[in-house]
Amino acid sequence: MALLVVEDLHKRYGREEVLRGISLELEKGETKVIIGPSGTGKSTLLRCINRLTEPDRGRIWLDGVEVTSPRTNIYRIRSQIGFVFQDFNLFTHLTALDNVALGLIRVKRVPKREARERALRELERVGLADKADAYPAQLSGGQQQRVSIARALAMDPKLILFDEPTSALDPELIGEVLEVMIELAEGGMTMLVVTHEMGFARAVADEIIFMEHGVIVEQGPPEVLFTNPRVPRTAEFLRKITEFYGKSG
Amino acid sequence: MNLLFKWEWLPDLGKGLTLTVELTAACISIGAVLGFLLAVARIYTRGPLYWLASAYVQFFRGTPLLVQLFMVHFGLAGLGLRLTPLLSGIIAMGLNTAAYQAEYFRGAIQAVKRGQTLAALSLGMTRWQAILYVVLPQALRLVLPAWSNELVYMLKYTSIVYLIGLPDLTGVGRTIASRNFRFFEVYAVVALIYLALVLLVTMALRGLERRIRVPGLGTAR
Ligand SMILES: Nc1ncnc2c1ncn2[C@@H]1O[C@H](COP(=O)(O)OP(=O)(O)OP(=O)(O)O)[C@@H](O)[C@H]1O
Ligand SMILES: [Mg+2]
Repeated sequence: MALLVVEDLHKRYGREEVLRGISLELEKGETKVIIGPSGTGKSTLLRCINRLTEPDRGRIWLDGVEVTSPRTNIYRIRSQIGFVFQDFNLFTHLTALDNVALGLIRVKRVPKREARERALRELERVGLADKADAYPAQLSGGQQQRVSIARALAMDPKLILFDEPTSALDPELIGEVLEVMIELAEGGMTMLVVTHEMGFARAVADEIIFMEHGVIVEQGPPEVLFTNPRVPRTAEFLRKITEFYGKSG
Repeated sequence: MNLLFKWEWLPDLGKGLTLTVELTAACISIGAVLGFLLAVARIYTRGPLYWLASAYVQFFRGTPLLVQLFMVHFGLAGLGLRLTPLLSGIIAMGLNTAAYQAEYFRGAIQAVKRGQTLAALSLGMTRWQAILYVVLPQALRLVLPAWSNELVYMLKYTSIVYLIGLPDLTGVGRTIASRNFRFFEVYAVVALIYLALVLLVTMALRGLERRIRVPGLGTAR
């Protein structure tokens, strides 16, 4: 069984059906990129995977454990799934170091000293050990996003979900975040990434998943999707985002 | 006009001052705990708990404090439940300030961005952990200015307890004044003591605000 299995996921908000039967799989160590127009349900899909949003129908498994089962300890599951938000959501009142250590201390019950040491190592990994004592408001967007990646990494997640991690950043800060993410992907982390940075997708994605109106229109390796997509709509959308975001991404 | 001041007033006024401080401390503490719970009920629950908390806040903010005090002290006694003046004072004013503090807490908790809670939950925290370790530390910093005002109000509002016979600072002043008819002088001294107390408390809270200040939160910028 794959590390992450999503089967026939449905979600509606009022009369609007946002997810209409999404199925996907992610093997251990794989990186998949989700693309699709605004309002298509990409964020909703990610939030359903760790049940920050409750799906209406469908099932999800993480490493053989059914996430959607009412008997599952959802807090435990969430602690095994990293989540990186578009607007970082670092804890405003805590320093970079304490942001990374908080989950270890409160969720994993790691002793404080040990947690801080681990947190410092994670900050080193994203190149921010020298900012350990800075508060989020004292960091650039790119630095904040790297701290939030360190915060996710500190929990030893089985999987990390990224929801447009660079789209709130000034163009000159995008590179430093993508660099960290590429390193993670190459290091064998399992990642599901909503992004329109096609340079990143080409570099590390095993598959690109094109979503529209709550369904997966097409999925496949980047080479195939870029050169020879099955559905015309995929080609059209890919052309649009490459124009908009640039080829290098 | 000749003004007269007697040092012998001071020991009694000192006792009154002590009672005022104790009364305020008791009310404000009860109010803080109850107010926090009311705020949580109004933000995080629906149904009966939400309605109960809302009705509570409306009632205590919508009726005069003095009427509330009389209801607790004389009203309950009429129903057979006799409370000491001190207990009546603490209960009535504690319940009253809880309603106001609930509104301040509610505003501050809601001013903490939703993404903060989402991030906490995504780490595997329970809702209570998210409130305790992420929302509350930020909300408390945000609420401190409004809360300081409430504390200063309470220091002064406790003066109404002389109406149920409690010898707080105002009550003692009234007794002394009516004994020697030096109303102006006695009340002037009483006023100065209140003023000093308020300034002291204000300064202490400003200091606290500065100590726990964090860049990017509220007035901290
Ligand atoms: N909590 C909510 N309540 C009601 N409607 C919602 C909620 N969250 C999302 N929606 C709606 O669901 C639809 C899909 O939203 P979602 O955020 O998942 O799209 P998205 O693909 O991530 O878009 P974007 O690229 O703009 O981030 C949108 O129409 C949105 O308005
Ligand atoms: Mg989105």
